Amino acid sequence: MSEFLQQLVNGVTWGSVYALIALGYTMVYGILRLINFAHGDVYMLGAFFAYFTARAIGAQQNPGPLNALLVLAAAMVGCGAIGYIIERLAYRPVRKSSRLAALITAIGVSLLLENGGVLMFGGDPKFFPQVITARNLALGGGVTISNQQIIILVVSLALMLALRFIVLYTRVGKAMRAVSHSHTAAALMGISVDRIISFTFVLGSTLAAAAGVLVALQNPKIEPLMGVMPGLKAFVAAVLGGIGNIPGAVIGGLVMGVAEVMVVGYLSPTYRDAIAFVLLIVILLVRPAGILGKATVEKV
Amino acid sequence: MRQALWLLGSVVVLVGLHLALTGTLGPYFLQIVVLCGINVILAVSLNLVNGFTGQFSIGHAGFMALGAYASAMFSLHVGRGWVATLQGAGLPAALAAAPALLMALLLGGLLAALAGYLVGLPSLRLRGDYLAIVTLGFGEIIRVLILNIDAVGGPRGLPGIPAWANVFWVGLGVLAVILLSRHLADSTHGRALFAIRDDEVAAEALGVDTTRYKVLAFVIGAFFAGIAGGLFAHFLSYLNPNSFTFIRSIEVIAMVVLGGMGSISGSVLAAILLTLLPEVLRPVKEYRMVIYSLMLIVLMITRPQGLLGTREISLRWLRARFKPAGEAA
Repeated sequence: MSEFLQQLVNGVTWGSVYALIALGYTMVYGILRLINFAHGDVYMLGAFFAYFTARAIGAQQNPGPLNALLVLAAAMVGCGAIGYIIERLAYRPVRKSSRLAALITAIGVSLLLENGGVLMFGGDPKFFPQVITARNLALGGGVTISNQQIIILVVSLALMLALRFIVLYTRVGKAMRAVSHSHTAAALMGISVDRIISFTFVLGSTLAAAAGVLVALQNPKIEPLMGVMPGLKAFVAAVLGGIGNIPGAVIGGLVMGVAEVMVVGYLSPTYRDAIAFVLLIVILLVRPAGILGKATVEKV
Repeated sequence: MRQALWLLGSVVVLVGLHLALTGTLGPYFLQIVVLCGINVILAVSLNLVNGFTGQFSIGHAGFMALGAYASAMFSLHVGRGWVATLQGAGLPAALAAAPALLMALLLGGLLAALAGYLVGLPSLRLRGDYLAIVTLGFGEIIRVLILNIDAVGGPRGLPGIPAWANVFWVGLGVLAVILLSRHLADSTHGRALFAIRDDEVAAEALGVDTTRYKVLAFVIGAFFAGIAGGLFAHFLSYLNPNSFTFIRSIEVIAMVVLGGMGSISGSVLAAILLTLLPEVLRPVKEYRMVIYSLMLIVLMITRPQGLLGTREISLRWLRARFKPAGEAA
């Protein structure tokens, strides 16, 4: 039982990282109907921005919450800028074209970020400095949690609540919801659709950056291709929850994280990558629009 | 009669091509030619699903992997025996390998087609992106399964597959998939596929059995992906699960979209272009993939409908295009 609880703790931690990345996928999809394949690579860039910031301010020598926060903020700002640039230069020109053209562009951007990363940072893994000294806390019943896991949980929860606040209770959030319903109608109401789309990309990219930093805290090996698999699985998590649906992305991410950790713990680590997809196919066969997605009736 | 002549003619041309290329090109260029051919088969077959029928599949690498491994296992355990027997009966090596290779390719293709049927079934319920993700998941599941089956080498890969495939066989595969696609496009069945792509509800109202045709497109597409996998296995004579990641599926999609959805000649052209591009860029070494991805983005921004759109390059089209100029001269 205690082993199960331990796996659950690890799974929820891992799942909240997936959830953070999945939120970016689902928001962009909700607004543009675009699968932003480059999102996983933005997550990778987040880890690298944090790595270089941590080295620049010497966070390795004097670890502490203030430095950690600084590193996190730098990564989020950096990736926000990257997200803006990607949308402006690559996605906006193809927005009026077919969705597939946009998809291939997204794949191109993803390849560009990965290979550009290999070119700039080198293909070999870098070791992320310990900006927070690791410590383990006993939760009772043989279950332990590390302070890094607590940080992952707290930071991702805080970011999700912040996102919820922005989307539900601010003017820009209202505009985002309007644009996701209809670009034309939103534009007629005086909403600058272009600005809102840019804002969505920036928001999603900052969340991905935070996920990158949080993961790097726990698994300090970072490399330019680290975003491929988590990106893919976070996307699957977004679909699992019902793509375009913000609470759905969080639920999907948690389900995915817990399932994966359980498979590694109880079955075999080699099946880890397959489980995400088996789960996905099973859930989609039962609920074709995802856990929280609404089945849409096609009108003629 | 005419068809038989055509067939005979193309076999003769292919043999000639094979002899000419194998004689003159070094192993590096020969490999590029063969890989171009294999990618053409992959792109044209995916075009049947994505371009003709408007379904969105990103699991082509999975079908290819199935075909590759199935045919390789057949050749390793059964096919080699056949070849030894035939060679014992006095047949030259190139001819003796033919029945075994054909059988291996057919088996690989059929297994992939069966998988295509199973993957096509959910398309009854799922639409658009959800279907896309299921196909993607299928491809990844196949890869992880192969990684975990020790009999096919798991992560070590599968070495020692007899290298029977060559320019001739790949050319034959290319010819088969292109001819089938062309005939399909001109047939009632092809029109049904186009109707589904253009408006599924309208197609159904007109009496098109949309389910059946969607699954049919998946099955044919998967069959040829399996054949391409078999050729790949028998040309490189080594298989590794890492050759069949979802990146591979993505490459094939890029070929189809870049060529123009639904255009067979577009798929052929884009497949050759995207196979050659990384090779041409080899001298710039580390900038190679960066330039490749940049070109992909720029091409999509400047020609979002693909290189050819939905047009086809054919003899008739070329004649129509150049006739006025000829008359004026």
